[in-house]
Amino acid sequence: MIVAEQKPLDEISRMIASYERVLILGCGTCMTVCDAGGEREVSFLHNALRVAQSKIGNGIHIFWEYTLKRQCDPEFLELIVERVAEVDAVLSLGCGIGVQAVAERFPELPSLPGVNTSFMGMTRETGVWDERCAACGDCRLEDTAGICPITRCIKGILNGPCAGTKNGKCEANKDMDCAWLLVYERLEKLAQLERMRRYYPPRNFRTIPRPRRIISKTSVDPGEEYG
Amino acid sequence: MANSLFEEKLYSNEFLVTTEIGPPKGADISEMVHHIDLLKDKVDAINITDHQSSVMRFPSLGGCLLVKEHGGEPILQMTCRDRNRLALQADLLLAYSRGIVNVLCLTGDSVDAGDHDEAKPVFDLDSVQLLKMIRIMESGTDIAGKELKGAPNFCTGASVHPEADFIEPQLIKFEKKVSAGAQFFQTQGIFDLGSLRRFMQYASQFNVKILAGIIVLASARMARYMNDNVPGIIVAQAIIDELASAGKGKGLQKGIEVAARLIRTIKEENLCHGVHVMAVGNEGIVPDILEAAELVGVPS
Ligand code: SF4
Repeated sequence: MIVAEQKPLDEISRMIASYERVLILGCGTCMTVCDAGGEREVSFLHNALRVAQSKIGNGIHIFWEYTLKRQCDPEFLELIVERVAEVDAVLSLGCGIGVQAVAERFPELPSLPGVNTSFMGMTRETGVWDERCAACGDCRLEDTAGICPITRCIKGILNGPCAGTKNGKCEANKDMDCAWLLVYERLEKLAQLERMRRYYPPRNFRTIPRPRRIISKTSVDPGEEYG
Repeated sequence: MANSLFEEKLYSNEFLVTTEIGPPKGADISEMVHHIDLLKDKVDAINITDHQSSVMRFPSLGGCLLVKEHGGEPILQMTCRDRNRLALQADLLLAYSRGIVNVLCLTGDSVDAGDHDEAKPVFDLDSVQLLKMIRIMESGTDIAGKELKGAPNFCTGASVHPEADFIEPQLIKFEKKVSAGAQFFQTQGIFDLGSLRRFMQYASQFNVKILAGIIVLASARMARYMNDNVPGIIVAQAIIDELASAGKGKGLQKGIEVAARLIRTIKEENLCHGVHVMAVGNEGIVPDILEAAELVGVPS
């Protein structure tokens, strides 16, 4: 899933300052799971903005709140067409994709980001999420025992650990495991160390010409032209 | 035919001595030039570091040109931290065209360690891929397969960490560097000769030259600091205790003694093919260390 963090309240206050009627729009999928922009966070933020506004007295806003099942899906955005017609801006608590989906669907309206989208990851324990995938477009987890060095090694190197690892940790962060030691240990358990002995050539960054598009092989209509 | 004086010596069975100079942070090169003049005839080659510890400085290539101009033998340290494959190849062509042919291929420290921690880390290649890239360029094409007008020729080195606390994956990487074409290795700091002996028992099966890295410590505090903060480094407790036993203001003297003793033992016991002395900011004391190690007169 996508993991994000809500922006600080004063940054959000500054962002909405010039808009009177604001729709705070949550997302019921990833942003709900990572506690950054689900129904609960929308309601907390709504209250916090109201309190902040009464304290500072800068600009009088009218807020609405709504949480869609997913913001990244045009189908769901149709549900807010009427509400959007009455506002001056949408404060999206969706990830960066949600913010842009709103901007594309409602071209006449400012779409403001309420969260900083951080990474693709998984829940480690309640309230803790770890990055796991860099979406590099060229998955090589088969050769690295299911542990991604592109994401989990800060240098994203392919041919084994650098010399900076100490106590099993990464040179850049003493709290972070060295990805390459994890790969080594797991390959050893799987009796696949020969995969680490192989030479891996430089990555092909053409697998990530941004922005990317994937067209389903089963879909008949590929949609509009790319670009 | 050897590409450089250093390469010639590499295969001469002489005990090799290299050292390194960290370029200045700024455009004033007078101190670096002074160190080059001081060291160039006392060692077989001088490495110029490449934004060591990710601290922005005068470039390695610029320092190597100065070594060359002053009649010394440079080793170009090249990390993959700041340049993508185009820039690395271009710098290699420039280096070769100006007679700089010894290259130490490193992945490079993470940018988090340095003074520009918001910079974009590049790492388009890693050390093994950089070594391979050099071999490809020598064969006459760039790594996209396009023909080069004039192929370069280098003497390539790499680093290895015999004292890593988790040695097996480091040895796998070492072998990959050997296969990728590394001719010599300058090791990370050696503080415990036991680990060097063990490493050499293993490494001697490969046809590469190993220069043991000797870091000159100026105090017990510096040693502890390095243990806590410098990637990979593990200063043995015995050495920390020895440094701590030195009187006030005598730390550096003790550090020189320790370094000289390590070098002497390595040479006497023929543990490896040479040493690489890293004085980390104290380049001026390298001649004293060599003298204390009874290596003066090298090179012959
Ligand atoms: S210590 Fe490990 S995880 Fe960190 S940069 Fe080096 S190889 Fe990558």
